[in-house]
Amino acid sequence: MHAAVVVFPGSNCDRDLAEAFKAAGAKVSMVWHKDSTLPQGVDIVGIPGGFSYGDYLRCGAIAANSPICKSVAAHAERGGFVLGVCNGFQVLTETGLLPGALLRNAGLKYICRTVGLRVETSDSEYTAGYNAGDVIQIPIAHHDGNYFADADTLAALRDQDRVAFTYTDNPNGAQANIAGILSENRRVLGMMPHPERAADPGHGGTDGAALFRALSGALTAA
Amino acid sequence: MKARVHVMLKNGVLDPQGEAVRHALGAMGFDGVNGVRQGKVIELDLSEGASEADVAEMCEKLLANTVIESYTVEMI
Repeated sequence: MHAAVVVFPGSNCDRDLAEAFKAAGAKVSMVWHKDSTLPQGVDIVGIPGGFSYGDYLRCGAIAANSPICKSVAAHAERGGFVLGVCNGFQVLTETGLLPGALLRNAGLKYICRTVGLRVETSDSEYTAGYNAGDVIQIPIAHHDGNYFADADTLAALRDQDRVAFTYTDNPNGAQANIAGILSENRRVLGMMPHPERAADPGHGGTDGAALFRALSGALTAA
Repeated sequence: MKARVHVMLKNGVLDPQGEAVRHALGAMGFDGVNGVRQGKVIELDLSEGASEADVAEMCEKLLANTVIESYTVEMI
């Protein structure tokens, strides 16, 4: 598996994400936001957490219009894999690769703690290492993680089994407790919680490691 | 030539910041505020020849997220 991790000004989880990919056996290339192309042979693009462009205008809005994001969108349209975590999820909704938007947390507070997530589907290369219904412990750290989509979009996500993770105890007001969603072809995943921060025993929890292991297994065999 | 863009959360989209302002106003003794919606104003200093349609395109592509926000353009 060859993973590319995009670095924006203000990204701060880029190296954590790269380490999680590496621990699962991936070759990792770091890609700067001003680059206009991805390295040859990239299987998956990781859009990391952080505060790209200082969250100016809206979280992820300026990153979504950066040169590299045009290549990321083309990669996704070709059927490539894209994982967006936290700010990366916000970027993916701003690009339109995933539906909906992330609003300010309902309680207006930045929340940084470990939360319970229910795995809603094991039917994706990201979640194949879990069983549907599993509850895993993954940290969140965000101010704008309150998932919003109109009723039709929410119904489509549910009907197409595209909700990957829900919160067991909704911390931010997200509709339908949504913590992470998949694209229609199930190859783009956006999630507010940080699996890369629960991928090594030193993190205090390793429930996120199965996501990277499952990806590596699927994309290395391919 | 200038344009002023008003961006607001759409009706039906919860505005927790507006709600917090409404609570604060009530706590300060300002009665009769039934609701507060908070948005943003963006002023653009434009070259001659830029049209309202150009600004609308800027809104669609960057200045507003039309999933959750509506916008109005005022040429001034």
